Amino acid sequence: MDTTAALQGAALKTAPGLRDTLRHVRYVATENPVTLGAFVLFFAFVALAVCGPWLTPYDPLASDTAAALQPPSHAHWFGTDALGRDILSRIMVAARLDFGIAISAVFASFFVGSVLGSIAGFHGGWSDRVIGRISDTIMAFPLFVLAMGIVAALGNTVANIVLATAIINLPFYIRVARAEVNVRRNMGYVEAARLAGNSDLRTLAVHVFPNVLPPMMVQISLNMGWAILNAAGLSFIGLGVRPPDAEWGVMVAEGATYIISGEWWVALFPGAVLMLAVFCFNLLGDGLRDMLDPRMRT
Amino acid sequence: MLKLTVTRLIGALPNVIGVVIVTFLLTRALPGDPAAYFAGPAATQEAIDQIRAHLGLDKSLAHQFAWYLKDLARGDLGNSLSTGQPVLKELTSRLPASLELTLCGLVLACSIAIPLGVLAATRPGSWADHLCRMLATAGVSLPTFFTGLLLAYIFYYLLGWAPSPLGRLDVSFSAPPPITGLYLVDSLIARDFELFMACAKQLVLPSVTLGLFVMAPLMRMTRASMLGVLSSDFIRTARASGLSRAKVLYAYAFRNALLPVVTTLGMVFSFLLGSNVLVEKVFAWPGIGSYVIEALVASDYAPVQGFVLTMALLYVLLNLSIDILYGVIDPRVSVEA
Repeated sequence: MDTTAALQGAALKTAPGLRDTLRHVRYVATENPVTLGAFVLFFAFVALAVCGPWLTPYDPLASDTAAALQPPSHAHWFGTDALGRDILSRIMVAARLDFGIAISAVFASFFVGSVLGSIAGFHGGWSDRVIGRISDTIMAFPLFVLAMGIVAALGNTVANIVLATAIINLPFYIRVARAEVNVRRNMGYVEAARLAGNSDLRTLAVHVFPNVLPPMMVQISLNMGWAILNAAGLSFIGLGVRPPDAEWGVMVAEGATYIISGEWWVALFPGAVLMLAVFCFNLLGDGLRDMLDPRMRT
Repeated sequence: MLKLTVTRLIGALPNVIGVVIVTFLLTRALPGDPAAYFAGPAATQEAIDQIRAHLGLDKSLAHQFAWYLKDLARGDLGNSLSTGQPVLKELTSRLPASLELTLCGLVLACSIAIPLGVLAATRPGSWADHLCRMLATAGVSLPTFFTGLLLAYIFYYLLGWAPSPLGRLDVSFSAPPPITGLYLVDSLIARDFELFMACAKQLVLPSVTLGLFVMAPLMRMTRASMLGVLSSDFIRTARASGLSRAKVLYAYAFRNALLPVVTTLGMVFSFLLGSNVLVEKVFAWPGIGSYVIEALVASDYAPVQGFVLTMALLYVLLNLSIDILYGVIDPRVSVEA
């Protein structure tokens, strides 16, 4: 009896919270239809990345030289490439790899960047100087060039593309986390948490960091598009993903030789999908920023 | 002014040191044994040991670093495995092609982005504003290599307006006598206007591709900072004093709005130098970008390291000149420095 009452109480308590969230979502969606569109597109891409390999009409690796370089038709919606592979199938399979690279890179730099930035912002002093110096050194390179150098030095693998992308994005996360933590470290509630006997680490992790998350989320979604572009750029110049595997950048590179002789579909479709994915992330990032911080609207 | 320059120069030193350390670590991070790698697949153990001693790989890391610095001071970036030429020589011979492309891209981007940004800020909500916003979001979403291919397809294959997108100059022309290495300038010096037009035509597509990509951040910044300045008190005062619209806009607002735009130039250069590599590959442009891609494909290591170092030093230098330029535009900065 008691438990049911408690459960009902809990339900009553969470119900308005849920309703508030739904109302907020509806407000955001109706306020800016572009953001809504970006959200829909984003979920479509995620679905493609998760289920892509099971939905393909053809085997993405099966070549069929008899049907090489076919223009888009009813059988092959996006045409076939020089080896007769179905381009639509390859694009669908590639979504997982491209998103995988971008998401793991962005989360790696988010994680490391938050830890380093929080330490720098919370403690100040020499840790701040060392971490600041690290991030300045990374920023002293043109970022894409540094990524090229890292992949070339560490070896030509997908894991190293992820690592390189994570490293070049690191300074942005460090900066955001440092600035946001620094502003909050002497606020009343942080002092209160400290006086209540929380250790520095606990104060930072439980009381300060959750408040830093919203600006970090904006940074993540703005960064995601860039991470995909970067990974595709690296594989376009022949780093990371090896040719038989399908990846949007590699597919554009494979199509590059044919575009001048008029076989536009080989490069156009993967390029357009790549562009759409980056566009979607950028719109999402702008939308999130407007939502969380209207002052930064430009 | 001199004091400012010196302060900035000293301020850039840690960056230079950082860049050199990172590049050094990258050269030593080669997977496997670098000596065996540099010796090539057919080398004997003796040859490998010899190369190891030659490269100083049997010494401590600190010793190797000193060695590396000594080589750098002599301008020795090693030799390319595939061509056997010193990397520094090849880089300097190819640098003008890249510079010409990058500069054209930058000038193009600035000359479109800044006026459009100003226009958007003076008429918020107008067509210019919407165009500006659309271009800014689309611009950063476009993969440079894809835009390049698309432009080549439309303007070369479909319309036939552009010359074949391969290299700096059509095969029927020969390069102008090298003075600056920039074909546009050299052909003008040689007073060969036909050649000038041929070079310019070859340059249009790659620089538009490059320009499109960097236009977005410039335009956003111009618009935002112009909006900020236009709503400030001193503009209201200038208007109230009865100054003409053009005078208020250009002499007062624009000059102040330019400051944050100059600051974004640093980021813009980072984008430019990076996407330059991609554009060079698409258009078979014989600059340092395509040189390094050839080296990457052949697993030729020294050129890649030399390239990364050169680009990073160039970038530090560019940021330094932006800082100094900033002091020239904004007198307050040099007072504070």
